[in-house]
Amino acid sequence: MEKRAVFRSRWLPWALLAPQLAVVGVFFFWPAAQALYQSAQLQDAFGTSSEFVGLENFRRLFADETYIASFRTTAIFSVLVAGFGLAIALLLATYADRVLRGALAYRTLLIWPYAVAPAVAGVLWLFLFAPAIGIVSFALRQLGYEWNFLLDGTQAMSLIVMAAVWKQVSYNFLFFLAGLQSIPRSLIEAAAIDGAGPWRRFRTVVFPLLSPTTFFLLVINIVYAFFDTFAIVDATTKGGPGKDTAILVYKVYYDGFKGMDLGSSAAQSVVLMAIVIALTVVQFRYIERRVQY
Amino acid sequence: MVERRSALTALTHLILALGVLIVAFPVYVAFIASTHTADAIVQVPMPLTPGNEMLANYSAVLTGSAKGAGAAVPVGRMMWVSLVSAVVIAVGKIAISLLSAFAIVYFRFPGRTLCFWAIFITLMLPVEVRIGPTYQVVSDLGMLNTYAGLTIPLIASATATFLFRQFFKTVPDELAEAARIDGAGPMRFFFTILLPLSVTNIAAMFVIQFIYGWNQYLWPLLVTTEERMYPVVMGIRSMIAGGDAVNEWNLIMATAILAMLPPALVVLLMQRWFVKGLVDTEK
Repeated sequence: MEKRAVFRSRWLPWALLAPQLAVVGVFFFWPAAQALYQSAQLQDAFGTSSEFVGLENFRRLFADETYIASFRTTAIFSVLVAGFGLAIALLLATYADRVLRGALAYRTLLIWPYAVAPAVAGVLWLFLFAPAIGIVSFALRQLGYEWNFLLDGTQAMSLIVMAAVWKQVSYNFLFFLAGLQSIPRSLIEAAAIDGAGPWRRFRTVVFPLLSPTTFFLLVINIVYAFFDTFAIVDATTKGGPGKDTAILVYKVYYDGFKGMDLGSSAAQSVVLMAIVIALTVVQFRYIERRVQY
Repeated sequence: MVERRSALTALTHLILALGVLIVAFPVYVAFIASTHTADAIVQVPMPLTPGNEMLANYSAVLTGSAKGAGAAVPVGRMMWVSLVSAVVIAVGKIAISLLSAFAIVYFRFPGRTLCFWAIFITLMLPVEVRIGPTYQVVSDLGMLNTYAGLTIPLIASATATFLFRQFFKTVPDELAEAARIDGAGPMRFFFTILLPLSVTNIAAMFVIQFIYGWNQYLWPLLVTTEERMYPVVMGIRSMIAGGDAVNEWNLIMATAILAMLPPALVVLLMQRWFVKGLVDTEK
């Protein structure tokens, strides 16, 4: 809907937009263009000269086994984080939606991890699962399970998944709860009158009606697992043991700032940009479609 | 609820209580650890009831009198850096987004749609995908280890601009017409009519952006090299450098509790706006 009443001025709108456009231009578009440019350059060991190499950096990147392994790690990590994060949040939201008294109290007690920084979440879980002194490691040892995520890649992966899910559940929970509360009661009552029990109602009425929320959250959770979990990985496993938890974002940082391989790091940035753009497009196509119902 | 089954109600409360407990457990353990001496914690298993060292630990980290590896700068200083950055980021994002949304909704000018998309497309360029070149820009501008470097590059906001744009579109046209007939210019209209109407949205945005600013990690990691400019979320990292036994876990956990306190309080105290802001912006 367009405004009928508008103001007229030749310079004022530009003055109003100037601060935002300046920040966007200097810190977003210029660096993104630089990343594209650098991804086609190869620097010598001292960074004194560089030459244009076209797609050479990308070719080397995809021939690099550690990069392919990092892709696989990221894929496994995202699927686990999104899967567990959504399932646990949906379970809690479904039950919170049933509660007559104390619903607000439960919501309050469940949403605050949203405020915890991913890095802090990582440190908290690191402390619980520290091999020698962690309280959960101790409990696992009592049960006869040897826990040391510094040596075992699978355990390291489960640690970062737990920390990432713990932090994200509150966000998913809020959206599922809002989605559940917007479902008309009459639909559920009608199903109940027809003799459908709670599980049947959830499966055939509630869950299908929640599918827009679920899809939206799926995209958001994948973006979260791809990008926002850098701090969790850096604070807990630092990509180890070996490269078992080196997700793509961690690798860009590591190769660019520790390994000083600028061409490769820039090429990795470009690949990540392509992934974000793809995810955003998927999300928007879907939002456009949803407007029609 | 459609039917009443006491078994189901009991199950409901059981599951929710279990959820709350699991969510709270890591923080409970962290809090307990922050009330003991470092020696008490490395005993296996560590105690699960509060100790007597709470005051000593918290004052040690806040004033920096703790000796040992890591924090040479008091956590009090780091909290201050975090607070300044988070407030500047939140206020800055809201201010420039309000202005851009106002320009885009209330003016007709060539390039209007292009400007909107230029802002909107930044959603697709998170810090993580352009860390190298952005670092280069900030370092060329001499903004390393400054508040400007910590905040200005993060201040553009597609989400806030989008939210305010959506909101301004729902403001009745009659208000702008009446203001114009009464002889008010665009800025007068903005400050006396539009801004007061947007207070709820501004509050919601503030909560979300304050948390965003406070929880920054990767960006401070790149642009700060001096400990006195470390925000607290990042400062913790320098404290866990040693191995299990070397780390002073009681102090680390006290720092972790301090680091999560301000954003958690903001969420809990402004819960109503926070929930509204979150659910509105993303839809």
